[in-house]
Amino acid sequence: MTPNIVEIDNLSFGYKGRVLHKGINMVFPRGKVVAIMGGSGSGKTTLLRLIGGQIRPSKGEVRVDGDVVHKQDRDGIYKLRRKMGMLFQHGALFTDLSVFDNVAFPMRELTDLPESMIRDLVLMKLNAVGLRGAHALMPTELSGGMARRVALARAIALDPNIIMYDEPFAGLDPITMGVICDLIRTLNDALGTTSIIVSHDVKETFMIADYVYFVANGEVVAEGTPDDLMQSTLPFVHQFVHGEKDGPVPFHYAAKNYQSELLGRVSVK
Amino acid sequence: MIKSTLHISIIRTLRGIGSRMIERTWRLGAGARLFFLTLVYSGESFRRFNLTLREVYSTGVMSLLIIIVSAFFVGMVLALQGYNTLQKYGSSEAIGVLVALSLVRELGPVVTALLFAGRAGTAITAEIGLMKTTEQLSAMEMMAVNPIARVIAPRFWAGVISMPILASLFSMVGILGGYLVAVPLIGVDDGAFWSQMQANVDFRLDIVNGVIKSIVFGVACTMIALFEGYDAPPTAEGVSRATTRTVVISSLTVLALDFILTSFMLEV
Amino acid sequence: MDRTTIDLWVGIFVALGVAALLGLAMKVGNLTSSKIGDTYSVSAAFENIGSLKPHAPVKSAGVVVGRVDSITFDSSKYEAIVKINIDKRYPFPKDTFANIYTAGLLGEQYVGLEAGGDEDTLKNGDKIIKTQDAVVLEKMISQFLFSKASENKSDDKSDDGSNSKATKAKSTELGAAPF
Repeated sequence: MTPNIVEIDNLSFGYKGRVLHKGINMVFPRGKVVAIMGGSGSGKTTLLRLIGGQIRPSKGEVRVDGDVVHKQDRDGIYKLRRKMGMLFQHGALFTDLSVFDNVAFPMRELTDLPESMIRDLVLMKLNAVGLRGAHALMPTELSGGMARRVALARAIALDPNIIMYDEPFAGLDPITMGVICDLIRTLNDALGTTSIIVSHDVKETFMIADYVYFVANGEVVAEGTPDDLMQSTLPFVHQFVHGEKDGPVPFHYAAKNYQSELLGRVSVK
Repeated sequence: MIKSTLHISIIRTLRGIGSRMIERTWRLGAGARLFFLTLVYSGESFRRFNLTLREVYSTGVMSLLIIIVSAFFVGMVLALQGYNTLQKYGSSEAIGVLVALSLVRELGPVVTALLFAGRAGTAITAEIGLMKTTEQLSAMEMMAVNPIARVIAPRFWAGVISMPILASLFSMVGILGGYLVAVPLIGVDDGAFWSQMQANVDFRLDIVNGVIKSIVFGVACTMIALFEGYDAPPTAEGVSRATTRTVVISSLTVLALDFILTSFMLEV
Repeated sequence: MDRTTIDLWVGIFVALGVAALLGLAMKVGNLTSSKIGDTYSVSAAFENIGSLKPHAPVKSAGVVVGRVDSITFDSSKYEAIVKINIDKRYPFPKDTFANIYTAGLLGEQYVGLEAGGDEDTLKNGDKIIKTQDAVVLEKMISQFLFSKASENKSDDKSDDGSNSKATKAKSTELGAAPF
């Protein structure tokens, strides 16, 4: 048994002629909360998809529990995915199923458990995220934060070894953010899983993560514990962590010379 | 100068046509692949028939009202128009034959398929498209559940089951509508209406062929709706465009298929 | 979502569909009338069948008693052989007369049977001897016009013997056709 449950080795990925990742190396040790941070559009979510085997890398490999993800056939990938739970950015709850049925979905689809046991398990999972009382509601009746907690209950329904969080804090009010933050840490420690968080919310992520990778321009530009990174003098990390407007990441999208564009109106169509 | 701009615009038009052709061909291939995968992963739709049953409810049962009401009006109009022409030749008794044959052979399967594309097809496309947009399909994939087996195949079979049922209902209700206009309203003889119909409508050649047509239309309409939803760009605009395309492509496909099937069935 | 109400609705839906199909088969189609229990098959030769088609009704006294099974061409006698299936419940005498009639002026053609007086009845595989061909409208009209024209001619030149003979021959032919 390898000490690292997920290993990303010299991974490159690109599509439609655009290179998104060039030679990324990361390791995710068992039982830890590891965060991948970076600006919008830096390919963080794509990394999760690569781990889940939804897309294939153009070079390098991702190993989950020692198995190379993109070398598996369909059944192999499905077997690997049963070790994973994923929380999507907006929850991705099944809108035609109730909260209860949403959490019960993976159990009903993937196991032969009797309905009475599924009922108990679902209520346990919902209790863990504090929404046992909401089991009869439909997803449309939930607030954004509640939907994400239900989705979290669904992600842990089959007690996965790895839980992946795609932007778990985006668009939440501070109280809900705190609740989710706390949940991720507690669930990780209580279930003994490994958590991979993709986020750009510095404060919350630094509060719960054991280790953080910074991704920019398709490369890992910095890594370390949250404390190390707070002290980092690397210009990009400094800009990101302290939320400065201008720095290595420019405020302006690449454009022609401002003056000549304003004056030479003919050339602009 | 003028010559060169003309030149450029011609090249641009040709290039546009070419790229659209390539795009169409690509989509055709992708659609065929989805159809194949749907058939391969259909086992679950029958092993867990409840999944399919639920979709029969939302595609078939929910289309009942529109089918029955339209069939009724179509039948009544057929009787009115038919009588108008037939009485000029003194054979108004043949009105039953006219109504029944038009409905059973053509209007039943075709109009049902067109209404189905508008009512159930758009609903399927929008639903699948939104499931994709809200990452529900991705979530399913990540849970190691195959969305084609769990989402696409049950809807496909539900459509294939629903269409012949709806088409038969359409024909029957249409004939009843025609009867109501022809017999009580116009005063055609009741016995002549039915007996002429029975003498001229053949069970195998007309009714069974109509059912076969509707099954083929069911496969085509449902598959187009599913593919458009599955292939829709995950944006609000993408889903709305896919929904429109479902109606346009389904309607054209149904009419074209109808011509092909009819020419086979009439054995010309 | 409540499973039982969905089951109920789907049940109603399927039942409606089956009922509609049954209705089509029984009330609209000829499933009942074409399979009137057991039948026996007889054949009849016609010089001209007009536009008679397989599945056309066979009627006697206006009642459908059977259906045309197949129509073939006998190349040795240049005749059409029409095979008809008649319901076993209706025996017909051996010397039954088979006509091809038209329903209405432009309607479809059917076989009409007129019973003769023979003691023996038709058996499976028998042949009806006495037949009368279909009336071909064009033929009838042209005969009518010809005879009219020649009548006028004979009025003008009554001394032309050969012409009036031809007229006589034509008019008898016309008289044979059932108007």
